[in-house]
Amino acid sequence: MHPVIQGVLTIVIGVGGCVGYFYFSNMILDKVIFPARETRPNRTIGLPVVFGLPTLALVLGYAGPLVLQALAGEASMISAVFAVAVTAMLAYYLLKFALWAFPVDTVSPGDNINRANKVRPWLFLFPAMFALGLYLAYPVVGSFWRSLFDRSGANFIGFGNYMDLFAGSSFRTAVFNNLMWVLVVPAMATFFGLLVAQLTDRLKWGNIAKSLIFMPMAISFVGASLIWKFVYSANPDIGIINATRDFFGMAPVDPVQIPFWNNFFLMFILVWIQTGFAMVILSAALRGIPEETIEAAIIDGANPFQVFFSIKVPQIMGTIVVVWTTITILVLKVFDIVYTMTGGNFGTHILPSYMMTYMFRDDGRATAVAFVIMILVLPVMIWNIRQANKEMR
Amino acid sequence: MADLKLTDVEKAYGDVKVLSNINLDIKKGELIVFVGPSGCGKSTLLRMIAGLERITGGELQIDGMVVNDIPPAQRGIAMVFQSYALYPHMTVRENMAFALKIAKKSKQEIDAAVNRAAKILQLDQYLDRLPRALSGGQRQRVAIGRSIVRDPKVYLFDEPLSNLDAALRVATRIEIAQLKESMPDSTMIYVTHDQVEAMTLATRIVVLAGGGISQVGSPLELYNRPENEFVAQFIGSPAMNMVPGEVVETGAQTVIRLEGGGTARADIPTTGADKGMKVNLGVRPEDVTATDGEDFLYRGEVEIVEALGELTVLYFKPDGREKPFLAKLPGTHAEMRGQTVKLVADPAKVHLFHNGRSLLYR
Repeated sequence: MHPVIQGVLTIVIGVGGCVGYFYFSNMILDKVIFPARETRPNRTIGLPVVFGLPTLALVLGYAGPLVLQALAGEASMISAVFAVAVTAMLAYYLLKFALWAFPVDTVSPGDNINRANKVRPWLFLFPAMFALGLYLAYPVVGSFWRSLFDRSGANFIGFGNYMDLFAGSSFRTAVFNNLMWVLVVPAMATFFGLLVAQLTDRLKWGNIAKSLIFMPMAISFVGASLIWKFVYSANPDIGIINATRDFFGMAPVDPVQIPFWNNFFLMFILVWIQTGFAMVILSAALRGIPEETIEAAIIDGANPFQVFFSIKVPQIMGTIVVVWTTITILVLKVFDIVYTMTGGNFGTHILPSYMMTYMFRDDGRATAVAFVIMILVLPVMIWNIRQANKEMR
Repeated sequence: MADLKLTDVEKAYGDVKVLSNINLDIKKGELIVFVGPSGCGKSTLLRMIAGLERITGGELQIDGMVVNDIPPAQRGIAMVFQSYALYPHMTVRENMAFALKIAKKSKQEIDAAVNRAAKILQLDQYLDRLPRALSGGQRQRVAIGRSIVRDPKVYLFDEPLSNLDAALRVATRIEIAQLKESMPDSTMIYVTHDQVEAMTLATRIVVLAGGGISQVGSPLELYNRPENEFVAQFIGSPAMNMVPGEVVETGAQTVIRLEGGGTARADIPTTGADKGMKVNLGVRPEDVTATDGEDFLYRGEVEIVEALGELTVLYFKPDGREKPFLAKLPGTHAEMRGQTVKLVADPAKVHLFHNGRSLLYR
């Protein structure tokens, strides 16, 4: 089939499926399950269909086999216990729902409408909740689960992977480096972004300058790393740093091999990329400041620096925090730069790149690192969402 | 607490002159109100005095010193903005203290000034609140307080009441009047498009129109002796009626024959040379009375009656006029709708304009 037709078909099926789902699910709810007339629920059929059959399917298809395997020593006990717990919980809620949907007494039309309206929000929420569960919640739980197993995935070793991680010096280096990244990159990107936003605000060619500074945002991290590989090249004919040194008669150096400081050379690449993002958001925020508060400050005698730091910055503090935390979250995810520039050598590992070195070799360890990263991102994320919500109000 | 002197002040954006030939002497302790229709440049003029807009021509003196090129903060002025322009991240106290902090005043001095201003404006209880926790009227008082603490030579108000609702506007207007009374030495310049504010607050009103000053004078001077048709129609509400006519008799009292068949007498002296001159007769709606006699100034059919109880506003059929003739009669006259009514006016209360200028000012 021609790919265009495939694409169109996908759209038609996708959109049609969505519309169809909402249309028919609501219709079944209003016409069949809770019709707007007096109904006499049939418990003897309803309970087995709504509660009995799904529970039976869960027991036979999921929990049962796992328990048998565990008893036979083919699967771990933990996963069997987990399966039983999940099945029991689902069965409990199914029973509750079935008892509510099929009461003993007859149901008046009004009650039926009320009950339909109680179920309706869940109809609308279901697709989103299902997708989020499948692509977000399940991976988190699944990763954590996987991180408790050894390299082959067959043997449960508890927190063994985590113990090994914290005992290893390269992990500690990665944590320390990552900490530096988290402190330096968002701070510098936000600072430069704010600076550029303020300086280009009134310039005629400010928009051109802003476009140029924003451009790195469009380059992939790997692409940007390649560009900077040239900049940092040890060959004076290629790298601008060594070309400059050469001009003054100094011997070439390889910046990415200088211990400790090489981290900052790598960080600068991300700063270069993210300054554009900070600039765009902060520029919009600066323009949102009421002009009159600035004029009032000028009349009050504030000099340009005081206007900037005492009047403008405090008024856009919320936006600055959002930008800062957004970049922080990004920093905790970027592995490309380290991976491309040094591969983690010369003491430049950060958590994501460290995770990548274990991926496919030892998934237990890699998922453990992933989980550590998630725990580290979580507080920043919560703060970020809170601030963003506050800004929207 | 200063004199202001504007000499040939001018504002141009590129080749476009928006203000020119502004000459004005403002004495210490005056409350000057700039009024004019929107776009007349009154706010621009105020912002030029403040130093927020460059003066492109002429000279501005404060206390005898030319301040054209002196930054706003050193001119000794304080400004209250239409939108209050409070610093949203600072408490009321910090808002009022900001200028003094910038000026590196001592803490005691700042506290004393802030507390004094807060007391005058009854803001004592709100000093630690953020502006967003205040009502519109309170915010405007904070903005005024921010000016007071600086003890400026000149206060500038840029339409300070136009963001308030009607009831609050009246109350705040009275507060500003009382504030002025409590500071008799301070000079204030006040921009508004609301003529009630202008009439009630001003010691002198400056009417701006078409990029220049139309007339300067006390509120009643402008009301009783407008220099030109623009001021005549701008001051007073509803606006003055204009009826075209021709001078037929001259002397200490002038007789004018009007379009629409009426005649009017005016206590304005004319000479024989003025006979046959085309004039516009201006008469305020409140200065006419209904009559049954032979002589009348205006005759027309009443189209709309607005009975306000204490008085009645009559709108006559335009009959080819641009605006309907209006009359404001005391008492209730609901029955006049649809009737043809004849009106006369006291000769002392009519105005004559030739080519837009009042004959009083020849």
